[in-house]
Amino acid sequence: MQLTLWTYEGPPHVGAMRIATAMQNLHYVLHAPQGDTYADLLFTMIERLPKRPPVTYTTFQARDLGGDTAQIFKNAAKEAYDRFTPQAMIVGASCTAELIQDDPGGLSKALNLPIPVIPLELPSYQKKENWGAAETFYQIVRSLASINNQLTQTEHVAKRKAELAAGRKPRCNVLGATALGFRHRDDVKEISKLLEELGIEINVLAPLHASPVDITSLANADFNVILYPEIAHSAAAWLSRTFGQANTKVIPIGVNATIEFIKEVCALAGIDSQAKLKKMQSNAAWYARSVDSTYLTGKRVFIFGDATHVIASAKMATEEFGFEVVGMGTYSREFAREVREAAKNYGLEAIISDDYLTIEQKVTELSPELVLGTQMERHIAKRLGIPCAVISAPVHVQDFPSRYSPQMGFEGANVMFDTWIAPLMMGLEEHLLTMFREDFEFHQDAPASHLGRSGGVIKNELPAYYELDEKPSENIEAIKNPSEKSSNSNAIWTEDALKELGKIPFFVRGKARKNTEKFAVEQGMQEITLETLYDAKAYYSK
Amino acid sequence: MNAIIPINQIVEAGCATQPILKERGQREVFCGLTGIIWMHRKIQDAFFLVVGSRTCAHLIQSAAGVMIFAEPRFATAIIDDRDLAGLADANAELDKVVQQLLDRRPDIKLLFLVGSCPSEVIKLDLHRAAGRLDKQYGPNVRILNYSGSGIETTFTQGEDACLAAMVPELPGVSPDTQKSLMVVGCLPDIVEDQFKRIFQELGLDQVQFFPPRNSKSLPKVGPNTKYVLAQPFLGDTARALEARGATYLPALFPFGIEGTTDWLWSAAQEFGITKEHFDRVTLPKRERAKHALEKHQAVLRDKNIFFFPDSQLEIPLARFLHEECGMQLTEIGTPYLHKNHLAKELTRLPHEVLISEGQDVEKQLDRVKATNPNLIVCGLGLANPLEAQGMTTKWAIELVFSPIHGYDQAADLAELFARPLRRKQKLQFNVEELCN
Repeated sequence: MQLTLWTYEGPPHVGAMRIATAMQNLHYVLHAPQGDTYADLLFTMIERLPKRPPVTYTTFQARDLGGDTAQIFKNAAKEAYDRFTPQAMIVGASCTAELIQDDPGGLSKALNLPIPVIPLELPSYQKKENWGAAETFYQIVRSLASINNQLTQTEHVAKRKAELAAGRKPRCNVLGATALGFRHRDDVKEISKLLEELGIEINVLAPLHASPVDITSLANADFNVILYPEIAHSAAAWLSRTFGQANTKVIPIGVNATIEFIKEVCALAGIDSQAKLKKMQSNAAWYARSVDSTYLTGKRVFIFGDATHVIASAKMATEEFGFEVVGMGTYSREFAREVREAAKNYGLEAIISDDYLTIEQKVTELSPELVLGTQMERHIAKRLGIPCAVISAPVHVQDFPSRYSPQMGFEGANVMFDTWIAPLMMGLEEHLLTMFREDFEFHQDAPASHLGRSGGVIKNELPAYYELDEKPSENIEAIKNPSEKSSNSNAIWTEDALKELGKIPFFVRGKARKNTEKFAVEQGMQEITLETLYDAKAYYSK
Repeated sequence: MNAIIPINQIVEAGCATQPILKERGQREVFCGLTGIIWMHRKIQDAFFLVVGSRTCAHLIQSAAGVMIFAEPRFATAIIDDRDLAGLADANAELDKVVQQLLDRRPDIKLLFLVGSCPSEVIKLDLHRAAGRLDKQYGPNVRILNYSGSGIETTFTQGEDACLAAMVPELPGVSPDTQKSLMVVGCLPDIVEDQFKRIFQELGLDQVQFFPPRNSKSLPKVGPNTKYVLAQPFLGDTARALEARGATYLPALFPFGIEGTTDWLWSAAQEFGITKEHFDRVTLPKRERAKHALEKHQAVLRDKNIFFFPDSQLEIPLARFLHEECGMQLTEIGTPYLHKNHLAKELTRLPHEVLISEGQDVEKQLDRVKATNPNLIVCGLGLANPLEAQGMTTKWAIELVFSPIHGYDQAADLAELFARPLRRKQKLQFNVEELCN
């Protein structure tokens, strides 16, 4: 058992629902207890879809467990077919149904429906949402794209080469976008527009907006564009094996990544990218170079989310914002290797964990000035009083905005520039706070004034520095390593050293405190004085 | 099993005999775990630990995760493969998780181990686990157990199960103490305070509310406890209170003017308060509520309303909307019908209304399309899709998350139903030209 305050991913059948809901004319029959229909709300409320997800749940109850739950499933599948007449059906079990082992695949085979019925094996107690989505998409592609597939891989490649030589425009499939995906709606728009500008046709966009019939024509594309490896990776590998289609490796998130992506697809499509790139421009690239952004240099940032967005954000934070990445990690275990590789570039060891408490502890230790993460990191950032922006699922309703807000392409980079900078304190305010710290309105514990919340009066009469001891962080420490001593040193802070520490702006104060204590331990000091504080400052600024 | 089995039941309800349509099939409802979403705010020093799968964790955070918690008050102990292999192991694992949680949150005074579908199906005995842990951590931290699983409970039944689990913990009183009144069911703080004041004006000082706002101030129960139900979904809690000797005072539920008056009167009568005094206290409040209602009556009068099953509040609310707002009832769906507690309500409904218990959601949607009601009360899984088809909906969950009981909320309650209708009239998009 794992204590889970917040889970980064839902169960795998939610991933399967994301595929079914993204597609057209596909129905999902899910063996699940009453109550699991809550998942409909993810789509109707969080994503605000104007339709019900194409999912029929058996919703068995306790009184059914003594009876024939298998028959309940068969009836539900039959009725779903009669009512919705989809082009294809996927069938599977949720976590509770997995325990009663009714075999939805076998049961629906016995029904002999006149459409493809694809059984899903999604182990709920081992795997999670993205894996479920990837597996479902893979099974659908594998089952449907094979239909009428008489050619060998070599013949496929030759056929497409001949067509291109005869003057057909280059074609690609765009794979990975789902329902309930973080900004998938606008990413797809942005990338489709970009591909059109480059003169590349989109053969099939999938799973989003694709029907089972569309899936059968995947083989007609020259190559595959992979937008979200978490979803499309295994399907793309199969397409490459079966139809000889290469696929893109670069994820176009960030100005530089978008440029790399353009070069990559142009190479795959046999187009000259130089001329195309000359016509494009980026606001974000100028905004980051303008002097207003100078104060962003070296801001310490912590990054967490799914692998794709974390790797892309770390690259952006470093190259396009001038931040210093002090911690990064992912909950996507399937892509742990890629994230570890990326972290090495910044001299970091990646955190691979889906345990919210581990992440919370890590952020506490590092005291960054900005957290880029998921809806879950918002909880952590609130607790620790750190500015935070969302870069990855899981997200909630506010991150399915009405306005155009991609993360990909040049417009995506613009959106991200605005989003990441917004929670940080503005430059002037930051300067003045460093100079004058006893203002009745603008003070240490007041939030940034451009965020609109008046800080009001200091919570109590105690000077701010008495509140430095974060009790909760020590508790987490105790939880994680009960045998280990808390990392706080035994050195005692003198009164005037503490006072001086209180004068350091709050967003870097945590770091200063930790550095000073570390320094004191290394020097074998019993007492931290004013001088120690400045000795440490000099020592670490080397 | 999906066939409709209409059972013409005779409901003993004085003068009313209504056929009840009992349906089974796909149910679009919440499980009892969702009760945690409001219970964690009511009992502020309690923590809810669900023992279940990732699905359970996902459900709760999808509902509550839009709020940002510096300190969460609920969590899930997620069962994994290793736990499914052997039960002894699962108990040790649970102990470890509870230890971890209480280390992190030393301020928790009451911990609920909440059962789920997976924990029920694998027969993990959380009741015994709670007893064992209670011995270990009590009296500082009390540890109790109830089930919020979907296979056993629907939405608000989670509160019922939670309160029923607390009943044995209530301090007892000897039979020779004075008669006292207990109000049972989770009420918004402001409503609780209003009721407290009204009871005081009536001359009833000995009123206790269950659940309390804090686990350390539990109400007392004994043979001289008389209780009224503030919510219609408390079957198990009522049974547990009866087992402790308490007596139920039958009444309408305190929705609207009529419901609140009947509910207050049933308590006042029991405590020997005269009709004269009762009227003196309540008449001004009734008048005030009447005036406040008028504005919404104009919007609601003669509109047809259709209830999908959700919380068991449907029948009392339909009674209020029909009697006091002039709405026409087409179908009232309820997940479960407690005949005893609703007996009085049923007598007040018109004969021709269809009451359905349980659900086959596709067939119910067919009936909605056939009757084309002016207003549909349904869950959030159906609301937007129905709106997109041009229907007007009132999402049902809001009725559990709003102060709707009592005189001073009668107009607010009506407004909840009038609002979507008024909004329909207010919005004027010229979007015909767009591809919407």
